[in-house]
This record gives sequence, structure tokens and C-alpha cells, in this order.
Amino acid sequence: MKIWKLLEAARQSLLKNKTRSALTMFGIIIGVAAVIVMMAMGTGAQRNIEERISTMGTNLLIIRNGTNQRGGVSRGAGSSRTLTLEDADAIRAEASLLEAVSPTTSTGGQVIGGGKNWYTQAQGVHMDYLFNRSWALSEGAMFTNADLRARAKVAVLGSTVAENLFPDQSPIGQNIRIRNVPFKIVGLLEKKGQNTFGRDQDDLILVPVSTAMFRLVGGRKWVNDIYASARDIDDTDAAMEQITEILRREHKLVDGQDNDFNIRTQTELTEMLTSTTAALTQLLMWIAFVSLIVGGVGVMNIMLVSVTERTREIGIRVSVGARSADILTQFLIEAVALSFSGGIIGVLLSWGIAIFMESSQEMTMIIETWVVAAALGVSVSIGLIFGLFPAYKAAQLDPIDALRHE
Amino acid sequence: MQAVIKTTDLRKTYFLAEPVHALRKVDITINPGEFVSIMGASGSGKSTLMNIIGCLDRPTSGNYLLDGVDVSDLGRDQRADIRNKKIGFVFQGFNLLARTTALANVELPLLYNRSKTSREATEQAIKCLERVGLGDRMDHHPSQLSGGQQQRVAIARALVNQPALILADEPTGNLDTRTSLDIMGLFQELNAEGVTIVIVTHEPEITSYTKRSIEMRDGLVIDDRILPKPNDARHDLKNFTSVTSL
Repeated sequence: MKIWKLLEAARQSLLKNKTRSALTMFGIIIGVAAVIVMMAMGTGAQRNIEERISTMGTNLLIIRNGTNQRGGVSRGAGSSRTLTLEDADAIRAEASLLEAVSPTTSTGGQVIGGGKNWYTQAQGVHMDYLFNRSWALSEGAMFTNADLRARAKVAVLGSTVAENLFPDQSPIGQNIRIRNVPFKIVGLLEKKGQNTFGRDQDDLILVPVSTAMFRLVGGRKWVNDIYASARDIDDTDAAMEQITEILRREHKLVDGQDNDFNIRTQTELTEMLTSTTAALTQLLMWIAFVSLIVGGVGVMNIMLVSVTERTREIGIRVSVGARSADILTQFLIEAVALSFSGGIIGVLLSWGIAIFMESSQEMTMIIETWVVAAALGVSVSIGLIFGLFPAYKAAQLDPIDALRHE
Repeated sequence: MQAVIKTTDLRKTYFLAEPVHALRKVDITINPGEFVSIMGASGSGKSTLMNIIGCLDRPTSGNYLLDGVDVSDLGRDQRADIRNKKIGFVFQGFNLLARTTALANVELPLLYNRSKTSREATEQAIKCLERVGLGDRMDHHPSQLSGGQQQRVAIARALVNQPALILADEPTGNLDTRTSLDIMGLFQELNAEGVTIVIVTHEPEITSYTKRSIEMRDGLVIDDRILPKPNDARHDLKNFTSVTSL
């Protein structure tokens, strides 16, 4: 049996009952479109979250102080106060999988400048901090290694602070007082907006970490966090191991002793935030998939009707020499043609819906190629699975009865 | 000379509430080039015999050699291949595919013939349609053709695989007398060219155009005779026309 003749026969028989074919396809169209739209919404939401998390920084690892216990009383997260500038130096020198390391120490305080005052956080950081957080300056320059060594009283303002202290002028070159210590403004940070949790990321002042530790908080030995960036996102876990190894050695921890620090990665955060979305997407996907199955049952139903209607045709074909397999193939191809055409229209429909949702509902819709391929694959499989029973019934018809059928 | 059909002690029993012996003991030999009619009233077993001869059904016991090959015990697909290559069917109700052209209908058996390419199939089908005088109607659908023309398409379809045997089941049953004569004339022509034809019918007039008549009753052959001078359908058709034109 020649495949083109089969396809032609399928086309003719589907066109013969246009309304019926269209209605049957409708079930598949809805199912395929629903699956793709749900996936597009889920992927879009995920991409949104990932993008917002990426504003936190580049391949970020955040090393925090661990828990301290004294006399069986746990002091809570960050209480161990064992991370130091020397730890950061050791990590910078030895951890080959990292490319920027910045110890940070944070202190809140009243800031006076430009005839106004504002309460904000002064963040003592290393210059690498800008790289860690993928942050750029909109004006001026970052402080230098020399400033760091000299514990220079220079500051870089976040845009919120600048707007509140110097609403009408450039803050560069101005003097401010943080907790009554005078600082000279050398740079202005680009606006970054809110972070994933809704906190204003621009409400801060960056100063050299050495200055912060020795002039603002009064001879503190420990730092709050150490920010680091993995050279490659795939090396995050290995980088974590390197850091752990270095810090355990620096902190002289013996085997069996718990880490007195912990490391958070951006990947963890992303996973945490996307897991809810992913679960919801999956649920909706299953519902959409069920509607696709229902569409398949529609195909089966119509194919059974078609086999009964065309009993005589089957009889004629068998009498002139069609084998069971020929009849089986013919009806299977018809069922697959039905569901596959439905699948293609469903893809186009979902595409239209995605464009509509993006423009009018301002939703991020991402249709991935593999999803389209999978949806088409599933629609073909549905045609095969649900077409098999009717096709088998047709192939098993007795030619004598079939020829007599009115 | 090898017989086209040779049945020995052919029996067919349907096991219903009580066994029905549709064929009791049928021994028939039909040689190439014969033009045979199988006559009988309804219930005589002629349809059962035709189904078995046409490889649509299998005998309960006995042997059936078609063109020298024992086909009594073949499976479903093997019988399909035999039907495809050795037998051309012509039915009472024409049994054409309604939504396909005359040409596609004639090509149908070749669609299932694995040794033919579709180009060869089309050429062959055109030749057969021309042979039955429908060279100018190839693109017509059955609904656009008269009953006689539809039966001609069916005959072309029966011829297309150059079968050993043409098996016609009441081929004139749905046709008026004039068209019946026309179709019988075509069968006579084909037979004159050497095609073996078996016609199953219950009309004695049809029998008179064949060369041999087999009569059946109650599952048995009760009469089998050569007709030395069959009527000439073409000649009768001419007379028929003159009668009606009076």
C-alpha cells in the first residue's frame, strides 16, 4: 500500500465530513493549546523570578556567621561572629573557583548631609562587592584599594539616599556625616529597585570595609557576611566545598566539629522561590493534559462511527485484496491525521493566546520549542492510541458480512 | 491444461442452532477460457459456493485448487493476496467507492499489489477503462455515471490485475434489460479474448449467454451442461433496440 495514496484517502475521508472532523479536532485543539499555554505561563513566571533574583548578583555565594552555643543555649543565626577580614583574604587568595570576594559589615545610623538627614544602613564592603552584586555606578567612581588600606573616609551613595539628601544636585564631592563621622562622597550607585522580598536595595551607603570596622562600629573584629561569586554557575557546589575547606582550616575546626558558618547560594534561593510556581504549573498542566485525553476519547468515538459507516467500503477493499494490516493502517492514519491537525491548530491557537496575554495582561509567556514538539508528539500518540481500537475493529471485519452491509 | 477451478468433495456447514449444510458435496472443474453460469434459487448454496470460489470464505472440508494452488486452508492475509492477484470480482451493487473517481476505483486492487509502482498502476487502470469503453469518463465519480457505466467501471477494476478468473455475482441484477444485454455483451467479448468468467445468477436469460450452465439445489450440483450455441448478446441488443423504437 502506497503511503501517499493512504494520506490522500485519509484527507478525502476527513474532508467528506468537515463539521464532524472539525468538532472532533476541537477537543484536541483545546487540549494542546491548554497544555502549551499552561507551560508558557509557568515558564514565564519562573523566568520572572529568576530575573529578579539575578538582580541580587552574579553566581552569588553568601557566607554567613553560623550559630553559637554557649552553655547549651543557642544564640541564633549569625551569632558565632567568627568570620573575619583575614578569612575573606584567605578565600580570595586560595579559592580558585571564585572571582570576586567581598567581606561586608553593616551598621545602621543617622546620616546628615545637604542640610537634611536620613536613617540608613552603612555597608562596609570591598570593591569586589559591585561585581558580586552586578552593580554599576551612575556617577563618580568606586573607592580604591588605597582607600581600603588607608581606611579612607569616602562613601558611595545608593540612589534612595542621594534622592533624600541631595534631591536637586549631584552628590559627588559633597560631604556627609555618618554617625557623626565625616565622609566625602565619591560615587553614586545605579538604581537597582526592590529585591525579591520587596526591600529597597538602594537605601544604603557603601564605605570601605576597613573604614566601617574601625571608624563606624568601633574596632569590631568580625564581619557580617562574605560575598563571593563563582566563576561559573555550574561550579557553585565545588566553590562551596573550597570555601568550606579554607574556612574550617582558618577557624581551626577539627573533624566532627560543626561548621561555625554557613553558605547560601543564589541557586538555592531560586529553587526555593520557584518551587511553588513549579508545583502550581504542574497541577494546571495535568488538568490541561486530562482535557487532551478527553479530546482523544472524542477521536476514538468518531473513528468508531466512521468504521461502522464505512463497513461496505472496508468490504470492497478487503475483497480486492487489502490485508488486515492495510485496513488497520488506513484507519490509524486517519485518526492520527485528525489528532495531528488538531495539534497543529492547537499550537497556533496557544501562540495567539500567548501574544494576547503578553500584550493585554502583561504576563510573561514563554513558549519553548521542546514544549511545542512534545505537544505535537503527544497529539500524534493520542491519535495512535485512541485510533487503534477502531482501526483494529475495522481490520477484523468479515469481508462477506461487510459486503452485505447496507 | 491446468484447471482454473477444481473442487473436490467441497462441503460447507454452518453451525447455527442446528447445523445447516450449505454445500454437501460439490465437485466442479472449470478450465481456462470457459464462460460458466452458476444457477440456483435462493438457498441453493450458490452464494456459499461463490464465496468459497472467491476466497472470501473457507470450506468446512474438501479441497479447492485455484489455478493449481490449494487455497482451502489459507489464512486471512494469504487469501487477501490470492483475491488480489487471481480473482476479479463484479458485484450486483457495483460496490464502487463513492467519493473517488472511476480511475481511482479501478486502481484500487493495484494499491494492494506490492509488486506494482503507482505509475504502472495508473497506466494499467487507464488501459482497462479504455477496454470497457470508458476512456472518456475516467475522472467521473460513480454518482455521475449510469448503472451500466458503473458496472463497466467495476469490470475494469476486476480486470486490472489480469486475474485468472472473473467472478460475477448477479452482475445484471440492478440493471434494466437493455443494459444487462450490453454488460453480457462485454463479458462475451472478454471471454472471446480468453478471460475465464464465472457468473452466479438466478436469471435463466443470463445463463443463455454463457457457454456452460451449472445448476444447484440444496447444496448439490444437480445439472452441469455445455450450451452448444449460446445467444449473442450484441445481436440481441441490436434487435432489442429495433423493437423499442417501433
